[in-house]
Amino acid sequence: MAISVLAIVVTRNLFSVIVLSGAYSFLMATVLVALDAVDVAMTEAAVGAGISTVLLLGALHLCKSLEAKPAHKPWLPLAVSVATGALLVYGALGLPDFGDPDAPIHKNVVPRYMKNEVEVPNVVTAVLASFRGYDTLGETTVVFTAGVGVIALLRRRKQGPEKASGDA
Amino acid sequence: MLAHFSNIITVFLMVAGLFIIIARGNLIKKLIGLSLFQTSVYLLYITPGKLIGGTAPIISPQYTVYSNPLPHVLILTAIVVGVATLALGLALAVRIREAYGSIEEDEILERDHGVEAEEAKEARS
Repeated sequence: MAISVLAIVVTRNLFSVIVLSGAYSFLMATVLVALDAVDVAMTEAAVGAGISTVLLLGALHLCKSLEAKPAHKPWLPLAVSVATGALLVYGALGLPDFGDPDAPIHKNVVPRYMKNEVEVPNVVTAVLASFRGYDTLGETTVVFTAGVGVIALLRRRKQGPEKASGDA
Repeated sequence: MLAHFSNIITVFLMVAGLFIIIARGNLIKKLIGLSLFQTSVYLLYITPGKLIGGTAPIISPQYTVYSNPLPHVLILTAIVVGVATLALGLALAVRIREAYGSIEEDEILERDHGVEAEEAKEARS
C-alpha cells in the first residue's frame, strides 16, 4: 500500500495516477476486512474503487491527462508535511495500545449497542438505522447539496453573456 | 513502538496526502491527495475499534468477542460524504478548465495576473 501511495505521489501521468488510486482503494478495503470492518470494506470497494474512479476518469476525459512539471523544488511543502507527521506520531504515542480491550472507546455507549435491543443481528446496520438515524439524514442532505452543486456547475448554457468566455 | 505501528501507517498516509495537496499544482492531483488524506482518517477511526481475537460485529451465538461497531457506522457515513465532495470538486475543476483552458494552478494564476495587467494598461491609456 505504501508503494502505491509513493507511486501516486511521484507519477505525473494522471491516467496512471487514477488507476493506482483505484488499486489503493482495493488494498484499503482488504486492510479494513482484516480490521473486522466488513461493512466499511464493502462500501470502500464499491464507492472508493468504483464510483470515485469513474468520476475521476470522467473528469480526466474533459481535461488534459498530463500534469505539468512542478515549477520549483518542493522542499517547503516537504518540510511542512514531515513536521506535521512528526507532531502526529508524537501525539499518537499517547493513544491506547492497538487491540487494548480497556481503551475508552469500548466503554461508554458500545456495550448497550451490543445488547442487540433492536434485534437486527448486524450491529452496524442497527446503529446506523435506529440509534444514529439523524446521521444518515445529514448525509443525505450533503449528498443532495453536492448533486445540486454539480448540476449547477456543469449545466450547459443555451445562450447568455458568458458565451464570450471561449469554448463553454 | 509495535503497539503504535497502525498509527504510524495512518500518519504516513496522512502526510502523503497533505504533501500532494500542498506541492502539486494540478487540480485533479490535488483532489486525489485529498481522498488519500480521507482514507487515512478512515484508518485512524477503524483501528482503535479492533479487538485482538474479535470478529466483525454481527451477533451470532458462536462468538463472544466483537470489534467496536460505532466507528464503522461513522466511517460508512464519511465514505459517502467523501465521494459527494469529490464529485463537487471535480465539477469545479471541469468548470475551471472550461473558463481558463487549464487545470494547472500556475497557469490559472498567470492568466489572472495577465488580465489584471491588461486592464490596468487600458485604464491608463
